[in-house]
Amino acid sequence: MPIELEDLENIAHLARLHLSEEEKSEAASSMSNILKLIDQMQSVDTDNVTPLAHPLDSVQRLRDDEVTETNKRDALQKIAPETDQGLFLVPKVIE
Amino acid sequence: MEWETVIGLEVHVQLATASKLFSGTSTEFGAEPNTQANIYDLAMPGTLPVLNKEALKMAVKFGVAIGAEISTTSVFDRKNYFYPDLPKGYQTSQLDFPIVGKGELVIDMEDGTQKTIGVTRAHMEEDAGKSLHEDYPDKTGIDLNRAGTPLLEIVSEPDLRNAKEAVAYLKKMHSIICYLTISDGDMSQGSMRCDANVSIRQKGSDELGTRTEIKNINSFRYVEKAINIEVERQIDLIEDGGRVVQETRLYDADKNETRSMRSKEVANDYRYFPEPDLLPIVIDTKYIEAIRETLPELPDVKCKRFCEQYGLSEYDALVLTSDHATAGYFEIVTAASGDPKLSANWVMGDLQAILNKDEIAINNSPVSADALAILISRIKDNTISSKIAKTVFEAMVDGEGDADSIIESKGLKQVTDTGAIEAMVDEVIANNPDQVEQYKSGKEQVIGFFVGQIMKASQGKANPGQVNKLLKEKLSN
Amino acid sequence: MIDSGLAQISRALAAREVSSVELTQEYLARIEKENSNLNAYITVCNELALEQANAADAVRSKGEAGAFTGIPIAHKDLFCTAGIRTSCGSRMLDNFISPYDATVVERFKQAGAVTLGKTNMDEFAMGSSNETSFYGPVKNPWDHSLVPGGSSGGSAAAVAARLCAGATATDTGGSIRQPASFTGLTGLKPTYGRVSRWGMVAFASSLDQAGTLTQSAEDAAMMLNVMAGLDQKDSTCSDVSVDDYTAGLDKPLKGLKIGLPKEHFSEGLNAEVEQCIRDAISEYEKLGASIQEISLPNSHLSVSAYYVIAPAEASANLSRYDAVRYGYRCENPVDLEDMYKRSRSEGFGAEVKRRIMVGTYALSAGYYDAYYRKAQKIRRLIKDDFQQAFEEVDVIIGPTSPHTAFPIGAQNDDPVTMYLEDIYTIAVNLAGLPGMSIPSGLVNGLPVGLQIVGRDFSEAQLLNVAHQFQLATDWHTKTPDNQA
Repeated sequence: MPIELEDLENIAHLARLHLSEEEKSEAASSMSNILKLIDQMQSVDTDNVTPLAHPLDSVQRLRDDEVTETNKRDALQKIAPETDQGLFLVPKVIE
Repeated sequence: MEWETVIGLEVHVQLATASKLFSGTSTEFGAEPNTQANIYDLAMPGTLPVLNKEALKMAVKFGVAIGAEISTTSVFDRKNYFYPDLPKGYQTSQLDFPIVGKGELVIDMEDGTQKTIGVTRAHMEEDAGKSLHEDYPDKTGIDLNRAGTPLLEIVSEPDLRNAKEAVAYLKKMHSIICYLTISDGDMSQGSMRCDANVSIRQKGSDELGTRTEIKNINSFRYVEKAINIEVERQIDLIEDGGRVVQETRLYDADKNETRSMRSKEVANDYRYFPEPDLLPIVIDTKYIEAIRETLPELPDVKCKRFCEQYGLSEYDALVLTSDHATAGYFEIVTAASGDPKLSANWVMGDLQAILNKDEIAINNSPVSADALAILISRIKDNTISSKIAKTVFEAMVDGEGDADSIIESKGLKQVTDTGAIEAMVDEVIANNPDQVEQYKSGKEQVIGFFVGQIMKASQGKANPGQVNKLLKEKLSN
Repeated sequence: MIDSGLAQISRALAAREVSSVELTQEYLARIEKENSNLNAYITVCNELALEQANAADAVRSKGEAGAFTGIPIAHKDLFCTAGIRTSCGSRMLDNFISPYDATVVERFKQAGAVTLGKTNMDEFAMGSSNETSFYGPVKNPWDHSLVPGGSSGGSAAAVAARLCAGATATDTGGSIRQPASFTGLTGLKPTYGRVSRWGMVAFASSLDQAGTLTQSAEDAAMMLNVMAGLDQKDSTCSDVSVDDYTAGLDKPLKGLKIGLPKEHFSEGLNAEVEQCIRDAISEYEKLGASIQEISLPNSHLSVSAYYVIAPAEASANLSRYDAVRYGYRCENPVDLEDMYKRSRSEGFGAEVKRRIMVGTYALSAGYYDAYYRKAQKIRRLIKDDFQQAFEEVDVIIGPTSPHTAFPIGAQNDDPVTMYLEDIYTIAVNLAGLPGMSIPSGLVNGLPVGLQIVGRDFSEAQLLNVAHQFQLATDWHTKTPDNQA
């Protein structure tokens, strides 16, 4: 199934990726091939099959409600692109 | 045309856990920016979530309290969207298998009527961080202290028909979560927040109109105003031949208007899917029953008991029980003073007034329940009059000591010595022959004048009952 | 000495025939000499390694050494290492100095291992040839014009070229077994949940599993002894009890029931590779195993289902790379959207972006049921197939890859061709089962891998089955320089 340009652009936006015109045409063709591969799944009837989300047949463990972490802000912000007075900075968000 | 409003509320309650939903970082409010944001909270590569036991317990407790179905298997999902205060780029939430299913809440209207509102579901999810737009001209600051704090999102059925009902629903919800101690319920700190889905339709219609969602309303007062103004907007729009667009709107309290949030205009596609880093949460009925055992007496039951046990009016009982701490305070006062009615009046009246004035929580009241009980006892045993009690209470609020020491040091003890009162009555009668004449000629209301004079002479300490009795005796001679 | 396997080195250290410092110096010298050709390491930790080696020797002189004390190893560059760059083969994390250790890294530290460095890999472990790395392709030590396989190609090349005694690696769809097959190594992908994922940069959370690349099954058993076991920090890490994986290696194979999936011996399988596999099967018969054909009827759908599930999970897992708290940020973003889009487009390579796009598409409104949900149902069918097979047989054996290592650049035209590289390995990840690849022959001087798949948490048995083969054959001792 070939992928529409509009879909491609919408997906790129949802994923916050910028695609150049060249990348768009490459993506359109490679994604169409991948979707063809994926569509092989449609050849089997799975109406009565329960989806398997996880290979592990187990249940969630719970953690005691204890504070185990201490303030490591300075160390953790050393690798941040931009900070000021303990805040991470990003270009202005317009609401 | 007659319009009917349809409202559904989504209430976000911050659960009062010590640590975050999926990490061992503190949730304490008010810390320096990002000092409560550690590797998992910052979504460092390779970090993984482990569910907080207490958050689950609190969610189940809420569900049990509203008589809801509890899911023995529930699942976390990822809700995908980009926002700088959402570190992972997805919020861990629950979509198809929430922990709490259908339940209901009985709300109390001001006119004394009740209404049952359906609760569709409640699910656990993580809170986001905070974006600070004001501090920099061209930047936004991100504080992730709040990111990962456990939330319970409670979704109502569209059963509410006006803003007052919405407020009553919120108040009842607030009351219950505080009773359950699963949240501090402090709306000013964002511990309880509300989104309102509002639509209108022609009265009698079964179909729902197009709704708008008003985001993040953070006080009872704003909920009422925001809904009313939005309903007005929708009615005007439709009556002018327009139509309501399904969108997210923001309530601006300063301008008292709602406005479209343009940044959210692009239809969001959250691409929910089961969170693979977490496994299904499986609980058994034993777990649920054990939590049911720990449920405190809830507001409705307590209200009924207050009426029956203390002989209070339904109104008084409702006011006293709507807040868990107030109800507890009242019960201590009543037990110690032995007078429920007088205790209720004091708690709802003078005490509430000073708490409201200084915005103090009853738990931090300058006058303890035991201290108030002593004061009430002194009214009951005629040591002081109700009027003097107010003076004593004010002194207690100002920290001048307990009731007895204030009465003692200020010499406020009521005069009940018949001889002393008789002397004052005689003196007043002797000094005011004109008024005595008037009384005798049938103008009985003049008695008030005499009482006033005597109270003035006694600095309020004369027992009013005795004064009245003696006056009447003497004047009719 | 450094040409020897990990177990042998452990014995030599215990016998004081060599010190950890001597070994470490030798490895570092060889890395210095060879790495520029092979590109196996992204980061070499000279100082740290010598420091750890010194510490290990000190522990030994106090008589407190364990089996792993002083053994120099390498970590795939997606295990977080405190204070050391953890790049995941991506420009996005080129400047990422991890503030913490992965559980796997911490356990090796505890055991006294020496960290020589961080190995190259396909970007975010997405690839089957190690060509998608931001740091350039890794070369196959057997022939520098060939790929070493991927995504753990750096770990494979490092072990195959004897630039470390053993290496950690990860396997999401074949990323340990296929490189093992291409470089003549023993690769072990444990059961999903056997080894903690805490600190392992995620590609696809329900498929990723940490394992090992080593010269032999015995070496792998020693490494798994360190790595395996419950970790409270990973909700998906199992509390199933851990075996001593070296203890059961010597068990005879008499009575072992081996299944051959007929779907793994069909068209597409190189004839000479098939012959090597058939020879290996004969060897197992000689060792007392019985052989029977089995069927995994839905295995042809595994690649399709995988390329929905893995990209879907990845699309969410990689959303955290948003240039806010760490990682690459583009120059002079004009606004928030620009920052997101340019940082991510410049920080991620083509294959990573492609998979994010596929995953986003598969989860998007209107496609979820047809793709994601459908894939989860296929996943159930595939797991059921294995379960049924394991009612009849103990282990399943077949080729790891349809062919031997291919030339660098040969399969870059169509991603789908590359995806089909993992046709025999991918189903194992979907089912969460343990799998191994062991050397079982040479075709035109290039190694061939035999895949062994077992029941959940049967690593001890797999290692035993592999070890017995390695006692009877010498394919695992072949090196690029010594193929005789």
